[in-house]
Amino acid sequence: MLSGILIFNQKGENLIFRSFRSDCRPRLADIFRIQVISNPQVRSPILTLGSTTFSHVKHENIYLVAVTKSNANAALVFEFLYRLVMLGRSYFGKFDEEAVKNNFVLIYELLDEILDYGYPQNTETDTLKMYITTEGVRSAIANSATDSSRITMQATGALSWRRSDVKYRKNEAFVDVIEDVNLLMSATGTVLRADVNGQIVMRAYLSGTPECKFGLNDRLLFDGDSAGGSSLGGGGGSGGGAITGNRDGTTKATRAAAGSVTLEDCQFHQCVKLGRFDADRIISFVPPDGEFELMRYRATENVNLPFKVHPIVREVGTTKVEYSVAIKANYSSKLFATNVVIRIPTPLNTAKTTERTSQGRAKYEPEQNNIVWKIARFSGGSEYVLTAEATLTSMTHQKAWSRPPLSLSFSLLMFTSSGLLVRYLKVFEKNNYSSVKWVRYMTRAGSYEIRF
Amino acid sequence: MSSSGGDAKLFARGKVAELRQELNSGGKKDKNHSAKKIALKKIVANMTMSNNDMVALFPDVIGCMNLPSLEIKKMCFLFLVNYSRAKPEIALKALPILVDDMEDSNPLVRALALRTISYVHVREFVEATIAPVKRLMQDMDPYVRKTAAFCVAKLYEHDKKMVESSDLIDRLNSMLKDENPTVVSSVLASLVDIWGRSESISLTIDYASASKLVSILPDCSEWGQSYILEALMSYVPQDSAEALLLAERIAPRLSHSNSAVVLTSIRVILYLMNYIADERHVTSLAKKLSPPLVTLLSKPPEVQYLALRNAILILQKRPEVLRNDIRVFFCNYNDPIYVKVTKLELIFMLTTKENISVVLAELREYATEIDVHFVRKAVRAIGKLAIKIESAARQCIDTLLDLVNAKIPYIVQEATVVIRNIFRKYPNQYENIISNVIQNIDELDEPEAKAAIIWIIGQYADRIENSDGLLQDYLATFHDETIEVQLALLTATVKFFIQRPTKGQQLVPQVLKWCTEETDDPDLRDRGYMYWRLLSTDPAAAKQVVMGEKPPISAESEKLDPKTLEELCLNVGTLATVYLKPVQQVFRSARTRRLQYSPALQKPKEEVSSAAWQFPAAPAQLTASPTAATNPTGFPMTGAGGGPVDMNAAVSAADNYFNSVGSQQMAALDLGGRGDGGAGGGGASQTQYVVNQNQQQVYQPQLAGGAATGELLLL
Repeated sequence: MLSGILIFNQKGENLIFRSFRSDCRPRLADIFRIQVISNPQVRSPILTLGSTTFSHVKHENIYLVAVTKSNANAALVFEFLYRLVMLGRSYFGKFDEEAVKNNFVLIYELLDEILDYGYPQNTETDTLKMYITTEGVRSAIANSATDSSRITMQATGALSWRRSDVKYRKNEAFVDVIEDVNLLMSATGTVLRADVNGQIVMRAYLSGTPECKFGLNDRLLFDGDSAGGSSLGGGGGSGGGAITGNRDGTTKATRAAAGSVTLEDCQFHQCVKLGRFDADRIISFVPPDGEFELMRYRATENVNLPFKVHPIVREVGTTKVEYSVAIKANYSSKLFATNVVIRIPTPLNTAKTTERTSQGRAKYEPEQNNIVWKIARFSGGSEYVLTAEATLTSMTHQKAWSRPPLSLSFSLLMFTSSGLLVRYLKVFEKNNYSSVKWVRYMTRAGSYEIRF
Repeated sequence: MSSSGGDAKLFARGKVAELRQELNSGGKKDKNHSAKKIALKKIVANMTMSNNDMVALFPDVIGCMNLPSLEIKKMCFLFLVNYSRAKPEIALKALPILVDDMEDSNPLVRALALRTISYVHVREFVEATIAPVKRLMQDMDPYVRKTAAFCVAKLYEHDKKMVESSDLIDRLNSMLKDENPTVVSSVLASLVDIWGRSESISLTIDYASASKLVSILPDCSEWGQSYILEALMSYVPQDSAEALLLAERIAPRLSHSNSAVVLTSIRVILYLMNYIADERHVTSLAKKLSPPLVTLLSKPPEVQYLALRNAILILQKRPEVLRNDIRVFFCNYNDPIYVKVTKLELIFMLTTKENISVVLAELREYATEIDVHFVRKAVRAIGKLAIKIESAARQCIDTLLDLVNAKIPYIVQEATVVIRNIFRKYPNQYENIISNVIQNIDELDEPEAKAAIIWIIGQYADRIENSDGLLQDYLATFHDETIEVQLALLTATVKFFIQRPTKGQQLVPQVLKWCTEETDDPDLRDRGYMYWRLLSTDPAAAKQVVMGEKPPISAESEKLDPKTLEELCLNVGTLATVYLKPVQQVFRSARTRRLQYSPALQKPKEEVSSAAWQFPAAPAQLTASPTAATNPTGFPMTGAGGGPVDMNAAVSAADNYFNSVGSQQMAALDLGGRGDGGAGGGGASQTQYVVNQNQQQVYQPQLAGGAATGELLLL
């Protein structure tokens, strides 16, 4: 497993060097600096030199590097690095060079705790904060043996993510359904790809050890065949095999029409009892205290696209490009999207632009080679148009313009592109308290790209 | 106050004398030892900056170790772990403190001391750990027990023999009965670690244990789950039903949010499939694998990359997986290049007659992007699709010509190379586009593209009106060309002469003279002599040989050979799957897994025996690795193309040997893109030459700096 963890700033200064095995020597820091940080042509997050592998992620202005020997579990390495980022953010607010330098001793202490011999140990923020803190009271807690036992039980228990002594006067749970809708539309207006990456984030402020049950309007068919396959086989193969593709398509369509959503796949937080979910599709869990990501899901069918964009881009000779971009909101007029930003690429040799809009503001950002059109509030059903013109400088070496796609970002409350709804959230606790639950829906642009 | 951040000012180079003074300052007034803490922090910072003067402070730091502050203790321990090897004799002074701490009433302190002492690579420390660790393995606190479990693996790294001669491993084994899941998973991680370090240790798990391990999965942390799943690879099912049951019980893990759990579950399920008899169950299990793989594409790019590399692998093992999902692999404009390139490979693999139109439109889009490397790959993929899907060849060619019309030099060069391959694959079908290709001859300046156009000129010398002029233009700079182009020129000149003897008669002697007398390159000289003798002995035979029917090419070169594929499937999610190379080729010291025989193993008998039968081909395999070492861009698997040749020629061992060596060299040369292998079609007719997908990388080894996507560098 991991031989060492290194953190660098962008200049290549080594801020943290913690080795867990004797094969992680200090000179490896120099090798990484030379081979990756000061090598502008690095194109992979993984670099193997001899028997040493450097896996790195970049976050803010720091590099987090894992050193491994031999054929390590790469998924575990990257998951760990991202967990480290998450821990850093939860401890210091922002995990950047400044935070690392300001807390380097604490980071060493954390690393010693969350890795033993390079194997990740308990990385739950809640538990760790019980005895590794920025306030310097840690010694007080951890110095008494009984308190320590509580910590060690917590760190090795089945509910490592939750302390048992949580108390709230008012028991509340907030559920945020956040969908990133991805679109890739061709220049001719056909949808090449449309799908939704959803996440359900929960903020649980609940006392004791609450057992939660969570229901969605989903029709989880990971695959119609996995369940139906055997029964179909028993019923006689009367052409069943030949029309498999078709049959699959029609069942999916009818189910979607029945007001439920087909989720391609789900992934759950550590706390969700996966066995129960697999058996009877019940999402059942004891939540960590505070905010956590309960689940992620993916939907690809019947995706509602909140915006339709119709760009017309004409290159007039070699000196001018004319734009006319129409955008229409495709959701109920009761709703409105906020922070709608449309980025319209311009050729690299653009000298100046003029733009007119029927709503919002448009501005040319030369460093990004974009015309940025911002509409602060976009009501459902409305349609706005931008017309623009980019004047180009003439170039001696005329190279064709690569026409990167036009992209959108926005956020839209009370709307889910997949049609997903939360049916219920039930909380069971031995004290039988009543709790208040709130649900919020939001759809954002993931990678919402339109080619032209 | 001192610990609530704001330590950045301490992160500066310091002098030993000053730090020593600070460390010893404060005295009795300093109740919280804050002066010492600050000094220690400065020392830790200097340690990070590898300021090795700090070693001098060793005795002073040990002096602070017993102060009643856990924060100070931890810093001192960090110092100890870092410098003990440099000054073992001083480090020894810390030993009694650690031994004492292992008996502390506070479990956190016991664990800390045990964790620390076992990091120290000094004989006395290792020896002093044996007795306490035995006691702490039975500590009442699970946190201490799990620390003790890892401690055994650490000791094993320090001193194999000492651990093997003690009963530590047996004791570790018996800890598998612990009632705490975290302890059990730690024990397994430790055992697997030890297993990986010694060929003499085997790890076997029977069904009852495996079943119990699966049942505690839900109670483990996500890391613990990974360790357990990893250990389950040591379970060899003896019965098909057991394997199936276990696989189905593991399947819910595929919905875990941690990609390590997901990919390791996929690994175990793929492994268990080898032991499941009923093909229907295998298919239904396989179908469960695609959605989680695709879902990983919404993770950070590094994890996406890993998921994609593994998708390439799984797709070869189980083509039914991912079959309907081609669109999810379409590139986003902002994907990092390593993700894009891997997606491109998957798109190529998943393209069929049915979706070719969608794919071509997509690839065309990629060909207009900015990243030159990616654009080339996209163009190359279009050409390869023409070869892969015969019915779509026309469509692919039209797309290529369309791209060529934009006259972007690197696209033209790339397209020229793939069009040459298309001519090669489909003789006498698309030659009407020769003129379009020749048109752009002036744009070509890269050796591979030049070699391609020269091949076309030579091959179609009788159809291209001014072929002599074109050839002469290139011959004028013969001596300045790379060896790859020179070889192409030689073959093309001979072909030209055979087709248009009158015009070629002045050229041939000249070129043969250059190649035989004025070159240092043995390949060029050999080929020169070969043509010379051929032409001078029997011109008719020469024509037959040089213009004969060429062995077919295919675009399937990215297929891993079955053995590598099998091995990599046992390593899903590991680094080797990023490189898609046999584990030991990348990590020489790694212990590898093989599919273990059991009555339930579903591998067909003849396959097993033929694998053994192929053993004589080993010399070829051996030569394959130096090839890979000198030319990291090459796919040494091409060498396995010699496989079928060996099979047919097995009658004669000698023939066999030379055959495989020959095709080996050919494969190595082939990286330069001399697709026709220079043999002018005279080669063994069974040999399948392949359009190596990695050819394009040859273009820019400097650009990629060797550190490109999935590249290996030797240190």
